[in-house]
Amino acid sequence: MTTALNPRLQEIADDFNSMPGKDRLQLLLEFSGELPALPGRYAEQHDLLEPVPECQSPLFLAVEVDPNSVVHLFFEAPPEAPTTRGFASILHAGLDGLTADEVLATPAEFTSQLGLQDLVSPLRLRGMAAMLARIKRQIRDQRAASAPA
Amino acid sequence: MALPNDSAPKFLQYAHPEMIVSTEWVAEHLNDPGLVVAESDEDVLLYETGHIPGAVKLDWHTELNDPVTRDYVEGPGFARLMSEKGISRDTTLVLYGDRNNWWAAYALWVCSLFGHPDVRLMDGGRAKWIAEGRPLDTVTPERPRTDYPVVDRDDKHFRAFKEQVLDHLGQPMIDVRSPGEYTGELLHMPDYPQEGALRGGHIPGAQSVPWARAAAEDATFRTRAELEAIYQGEAGLEPADDVVVYCRIGERSSHTWFVLHHLLGFPHVRNYDGSWTEWGNSVRVPIRRGDSP
Repeated sequence: MTTALNPRLQEIADDFNSMPGKDRLQLLLEFSGELPALPGRYAEQHDLLEPVPECQSPLFLAVEVDPNSVVHLFFEAPPEAPTTRGFASILHAGLDGLTADEVLATPAEFTSQLGLQDLVSPLRLRGMAAMLARIKRQIRDQRAASAPA
Repeated sequence: MALPNDSAPKFLQYAHPEMIVSTEWVAEHLNDPGLVVAESDEDVLLYETGHIPGAVKLDWHTELNDPVTRDYVEGPGFARLMSEKGISRDTTLVLYGDRNNWWAAYALWVCSLFGHPDVRLMDGGRAKWIAEGRPLDTVTPERPRTDYPVVDRDDKHFRAFKEQVLDHLGQPMIDVRSPGEYTGELLHMPDYPQEGALRGGHIPGAQSVPWARAAAEDATFRTRAELEAIYQGEAGLEPADDVVVYCRIGERSSHTWFVLHHLLGFPHVRNYDGSWTEWGNSVRVPIRRGDSP
């Protein structure tokens, strides 16, 4: 059973699934190259970022929920970890700028809807699921902290 | 037809200098017929970002493992894979990769189960090639398909299974994981919680020698004298010993298997690829916690 994805993530999943295996890896590599660099405030204060040890290579992320309840995502992963960067970039392209509710509605198993299991291995995909879980947890934590007592 | 050995003085000290070549040697022989260079990395996309010109990609997870059973491919699958990569039975196959050649050593060990006659590691791997400013290419080479023969996998000589490790208790064993995994403090490798086990500790009698001690800062193997000081001096192994090495899924211990068997020349070294993800999840096998073997 698949749960509905937001239109942007759905489009990304459709793109991946519409192409043969080799091209899917190439698309993942393109995502990897498109991951936005960290803004200065995070680059200078690295401890504001949360590590994601479930990824096989070092990955750090930060989540901001602005007063309009819009989510902004920030990631950092080294160039020698292109798969991890690709996963982060998919999440950025699919979720950054959506509302907190829309991000929270992303099904945890969406990583299995990209058609990458056989190419990338389920083990490696678990890193992306962990990023999503941590993003959602940060959104919930921030909401709880800003809720009126 | 096999290519010449790399006669660098450092390699000549090793028991089997024919198993290892330098980045210089690879640069010099890159266009020789009879040579295939293959990159094997942890990150499945790293090859695509740039690799040694002409090198093919060999993925440990999606190509060398059976997709269903926890095992390696069988003879027909290996023959198909090698044929697709343009590798013949008489090809000199040189493997290299990221992380101190960790995954390249694993690929070499799997090739050894099929007795590929001439397979070597490039000392220092991907990191050294790049550090030396040597060229990288993003073009995936089109090698003509070969007709690699179907060879049965031989699990007797270089591979140990759980039952054999139980029989081996009391004989030399090396646990190559991190100290925290060895003592039982960690149930997984640092930063790899998805490959955990239900119980922590080590196989009773196994000595702790973390695998990366065999590598120098630049990802090359340490010299023979340095390796002897670690494995024969500190760990007290004798070359004639029957040794079992293990880690968590058998990849880091492939690196140590290469060191003991090929660089130090121990004839009887087996890699227990079930490793801690099997042992630490098994019912009623003995486990020891703490620092001592």
